[in-house]
Amino acid sequence: MESEKQILFAGFGGQGVLSMSQFLAYAAMGTGKNVTWVPSYGAEMRGGTANCLVTIASEEISSPLTENPSMAVIMNKPSLDRFENKVQPNGILFINSSMVDRKCRRDDLTVLEVPVNQLAEELDNLRGANMILLGAYLEKTRVVEVEEALEHFEQIFSGKREEIIRKNRQAFLAGVEYARKNW
Amino acid sequence: MKKVLMKGNEALAEGALIAGCRGFFGYPITPSSEIAEYMARKLPKIGGAFIQAESELAAINMIYGGSSTGTRVMTASSGPGISLKQEGISFISEAELPCLIVNVSRGGPGLGGIQPSQADYFQATRGGGHGDYRIIVLAPSSSQEMMDLAILAFELADKYRTPVMLMAEGTLGNLMEPVIVREAVTEFPDKPWVTTGCVGRKPNVINTLHLTQEELEGRNRHLTEKYRMISENEKRAESFLLDDADIVVVAFGLLARIIKKSVMEARKKGVKAGLIRPVTLWPFPDEHIQAVSRTARIILSVEINMGQMVEDIRLAAGGKIPVEFYGRIGFTPNPEEITRQLLFIAEREGLL
Amino acid sequence: MKTVFKKPESLTDAKFHYCPGCTHGIIHRLIAECLDELKIREQTIGICPVGCSVLAYEYFNCDMLEAAHGRAPAIATAIKRLLPDRYLFTYQGDGDLASIGMGEIVHASLRGEKITVIFVNNTLYGMTGGQMAPTTLLGQVTTTSPYGRSKDWEGYPAKMAELLAQNEGSAYICRTAVNDPPNVVKTKRAIKKALQTQAKGLGFSMVEVLSTCPTNWGLSPVEAMKWVEENMIPYYPLGEFKVKEEK
Repeated sequence: MESEKQILFAGFGGQGVLSMSQFLAYAAMGTGKNVTWVPSYGAEMRGGTANCLVTIASEEISSPLTENPSMAVIMNKPSLDRFENKVQPNGILFINSSMVDRKCRRDDLTVLEVPVNQLAEELDNLRGANMILLGAYLEKTRVVEVEEALEHFEQIFSGKREEIIRKNRQAFLAGVEYARKNW
Repeated sequence: MKKVLMKGNEALAEGALIAGCRGFFGYPITPSSEIAEYMARKLPKIGGAFIQAESELAAINMIYGGSSTGTRVMTASSGPGISLKQEGISFISEAELPCLIVNVSRGGPGLGGIQPSQADYFQATRGGGHGDYRIIVLAPSSSQEMMDLAILAFELADKYRTPVMLMAEGTLGNLMEPVIVREAVTEFPDKPWVTTGCVGRKPNVINTLHLTQEELEGRNRHLTEKYRMISENEKRAESFLLDDADIVVVAFGLLARIIKKSVMEARKKGVKAGLIRPVTLWPFPDEHIQAVSRTARIILSVEINMGQMVEDIRLAAGGKIPVEFYGRIGFTPNPEEITRQLLFIAEREGLL
Repeated sequence: MKTVFKKPESLTDAKFHYCPGCTHGIIHRLIAECLDELKIREQTIGICPVGCSVLAYEYFNCDMLEAAHGRAPAIATAIKRLLPDRYLFTYQGDGDLASIGMGEIVHASLRGEKITVIFVNNTLYGMTGGQMAPTTLLGQVTTTSPYGRSKDWEGYPAKMAELLAQNEGSAYICRTAVNDPPNVVKTKRAIKKALQTQAKGLGFSMVEVLSTCPTNWGLSPVEAMKWVEENMIPYYPLGEFKVKEEK
């Protein structure tokens, strides 16, 4: 594994892009890595675009920013439009196929799709959509081991209601399961 | 050492509390509001005072009052709010009241935008208010430095009886990374000049009006002497790969840290690049600039503005080395962009 | 075929960016309908606030100015004094009018400035993420009153309609809400009456409109409307607080 990975998370405001990427940052820090998390969003409270860049490295991180992330987690179509061409050559795209109705136009990227909204509906947890995609992402990339991420669940969601933690964990595991079965 | 994942704004607020800050007076403005919100949660629990002032103008006057009690106090705002505070800052400087003023910078002028910016450099370092005064200006580049420089700010403010500004671009306010949480400060200097009720002492007066020429000149000379001492003792800058550097980039804040990556990438391609990162914007670390003006070929000033710190660089370089400027507005540039600029200059100058 | 409903001419074609359940959209429309019905669109100049409606100049189809936070009444004052036959309105939120702009609004009212102020009261600062406002209710939790507003620390909420009604310079001060259709109708009536007060040169006019912020209240749009009825109206009573008659 390279010493530094930069992963972009993108969607619209309210899709949980910020919290899913924060979860990854916490989990990565928990495994002793250096990590940075940088958000950028539009002025509106809801509905604007939201994206976050997470950098995970064993050494000190100079730049929490980059033009070209090695991976991107895409929650909606405008984000695919915006970031498709920014991912590094031979990088990986994780796409919420429920909200993205076209195929990626590059042939060098590995593209992995999850029908996130559909799975979330099956779990009766529409707000858990982001955790489903995160679970699938981690199962596939092992940027942080799934078991280690689960250990940090309580800590990361501390202060939230028991019910919320349980539902998020359930969504996360559904994503893990989907990746195991389909990818 | 336990590390906690913290946003820059939170690390700064926590650093202030660690330094013993017990008064926060401010008004919400993007991208600094999280600092106020953090203080609103924490201060009441430790017997401190949090007030959301009616405006930034009111807030800086609350700082004037709060500081006069000897309490460590702070405010946080962004460009337009800092503009409102200038009258107050002039007063506070003359009255020699210690305090921390935080600017989490956004685009300007006018309402500008909520994107990050470094265009308040002139406002910060040239005293934006009226009269002969300077304030110490610190520029962090990481969440850890947000905490550590907040702690240093209170130390310097009390040591010199002067306001200290901490300026960070908006991106840094929102950046999350692991922070080593420092130990609480336990030693605080005596403040015999406070207005807390004159039990057992002669009354103290805190004022800034000096109607006679002699008094006014005396005060100004005193303040100038103080600023000279600060200049002598408190300049701070980080040097990175300067020894054999042909092109020296000078930048501050999170941008400067990002440029470290650009410098490293440029070196991989054969460009001998280096970086000076001023940590004190005032007093400006001119000796660092003077040193490289003797050894390097060219200085590249990079800022998120239309050219502000570059003037101080040129002043310090004294014409001994060419100084170029590269500026962007409205976002913190990615390292790749500066790497390209370094390669471009190296090729142009025959340095490859 | 008869047109029974259309976009007012005083609104542009730009799509509103407001959150679902936000009442800015309703209030913008009511103002625009009044400008159309009074046929004053081309004589009207509006001043926007700093807040969620900072981009109101993209939505109103008349001359519009941006203002620094809280300063709209001062800007409107100068324009009205130099161009007395124009219609001036300011559109302001809680922070803009009642916090940083408190000095400006009180003085505009004291001087009897012949402008119309639309004050959108939703008890907090929406744009910046839900901080306390002068209009935050006692006990209400916001990001800068995390333990609930207390009369002993943060003090009592500001009742702007009552405050400004006391000034001789105020000619029409009214408080309405837009939480249900009857109140929406009353709000439109009040806005029209305020503009007519300006037309007659009687003095300062303001309509304070109790509004929602579903996003920062953490409520659905429907719940937010109920919240206005159950929590805001009891503290901020609806009605006309000052009506100066023509001599």
